[in-house]
Amino acid sequence: MIINGVSIDDTFAEAFGMRGTRVIITAQNLRWAYNAARAMTGFATSVIACGVEAGIERELSPEETPDGRPGVSILMFAMSSAVLMKQLETRMGQCVLTCPTAAAFSGIDEGYPEITKINLGKNLRFFGDGFQTSKVFNGKRYWRVPVMDGEFMTEESTGMIRSVGGGNFLILAESQPQALAACEAAIDAMSKVPNVIMPFPGGVVRSGSKVGSKYKSLIASTNDAFCPTLKGITKTELSPEIESVMEIVIDGLTDPDIRVAMRAGIAAACELGAKHGIKRISAGNYGGKLGPYHFKLREIMA
Amino acid sequence: MSALTFTLKQSIQQRVDLSSLTPDKLVGKNINDIAAIQLDSGRLKLRVDSLFDISGDNAEDIVFNNANGKLDYIGSQMKSGRITVNGGAGSYLGFQMRKGEIVLHGNADAFTASGMAGGLLHVHGNVGDFLAAAIPGDRKGMKGGMVIITGDAGERAGDQMRRGIILIEGNVGSYCASRMLAGTIGVLGSVGDYVGYGMRRGTLLLTQQPKLHSTIQDCGTHTLPFLSLMFKSFQHLPSKFANINKNRVQRFAGDIANDGKGEILVFK
Repeated sequence: MIINGVSIDDTFAEAFGMRGTRVIITAQNLRWAYNAARAMTGFATSVIACGVEAGIERELSPEETPDGRPGVSILMFAMSSAVLMKQLETRMGQCVLTCPTAAAFSGIDEGYPEITKINLGKNLRFFGDGFQTSKVFNGKRYWRVPVMDGEFMTEESTGMIRSVGGGNFLILAESQPQALAACEAAIDAMSKVPNVIMPFPGGVVRSGSKVGSKYKSLIASTNDAFCPTLKGITKTELSPEIESVMEIVIDGLTDPDIRVAMRAGIAAACELGAKHGIKRISAGNYGGKLGPYHFKLREIMA
Repeated sequence: MSALTFTLKQSIQQRVDLSSLTPDKLVGKNINDIAAIQLDSGRLKLRVDSLFDISGDNAEDIVFNNANGKLDYIGSQMKSGRITVNGGAGSYLGFQMRKGEIVLHGNADAFTASGMAGGLLHVHGNVGDFLAAAIPGDRKGMKGGMVIITGDAGERAGDQMRRGIILIEGNVGSYCASRMLAGTIGVLGSVGDYVGYGMRRGTLLLTQQPKLHSTIQDCGTHTLPFLSLMFKSFQHLPSKFANINKNRVQRFAGDIANDGKGEILVFK
């Protein structure tokens, strides 16, 4: 399969079941909603060392938010519900409770077959030291915690669902700037897709990994088959003209959400095409034995 | 199916307890069974058909016509459906109501919504004293749900109220929100003396500055974000409160003689 001179590998991305949640963060204006959201989704690129993978899903207009202020929605994914609940609580406490004017609300209430209620601000209320009050509107409980800028307001809980993490594709290009340009185009297109985040810096990861290492203490190490500087001395996957490879990883609330995002991203990269040095699109997998979700590139682009 | 309608035939001297005429208790019964239900009236037992003309068959939608202030416990402990009352209601309207909807076109007497735990109670008229209060012997008044009063309420509105929302579009008598435990009361009109007397927690929202006793303390004027959320949740309500969107209030806290975590918010 060749799109605009870019060959699409006959391979698949291998993804895993994760637990995901959405939180709506509002503030006096978008600047402060972003400040809270960026803090909350900071250091959340990979579950390997961060606990969660998190990112900003999209901006919300005042009409879309529960309290009528501007906001952003964030998505957060973890390998287990226990980790997700713990991370959500600590990040809420350090990043949203602390951020001037910010408030947090549930982002998943309905529309999925199995929604588990998890604590959003339920335990943050104790910061109020007895001065906290709760209010119930339309069956949802909110907490008001007195803080120095006025009142911190948060919904008591949000919804957690079974979701999918680790969808990915690789962009192989003739030069590093060209690979990056294609990634930027792909991320721009994918950030318009709802229900997904690309958790790595700017959505792009350059240090793709393989399982295992020559060092016993490491469970993962550099994916030498895709390292362009090792073409001559390792069992390479790269043809001579490839000089740079970058990966985009996608976490989504459901399997179809990831498919839509992958298609949008690959299409945007291919639009630049061979004349901008984009040669190949591939994907990362572990032979298909580890993850239950397989995203076949040619099927997605068909 | 048409609404199951009870039309009062005569003016009654004694009070009558209508707690057995709720949708959940009448669903599945035929009209003869309903007609034979015995209602308590003082020391007498009265058959339903001796007091009311009965028509219609949809027990999920009950209508009382010609109703008056002698009819107590309308919608008591109801768990589903809808009751419409045309005329007036006695005491204990919506007593310990759980779910469903009661609409009264007329005035109700004391202890309206006492012990109410859920549902919507809408009174197009005035209510007597002890709106949403606990009956003597109970330690908690209203425990949930929504009450809308288009007219005035008497004294002790919200006494020992524990949860839920009361929206009063008219005026309220003395001791409004006395001994309140939690929940929200909004009043568009005026309130009488000793507002928030013994108030423990909860929110009383006022549009006019009330006369406050000394154990209710001024906490200054603030813009409270939860008010926007609250008024947004009121937008669909059939009430004047649906059109309010203000969040600038003067906050008074108290009653500091009794824990003092309650608040009286006055629009600025």
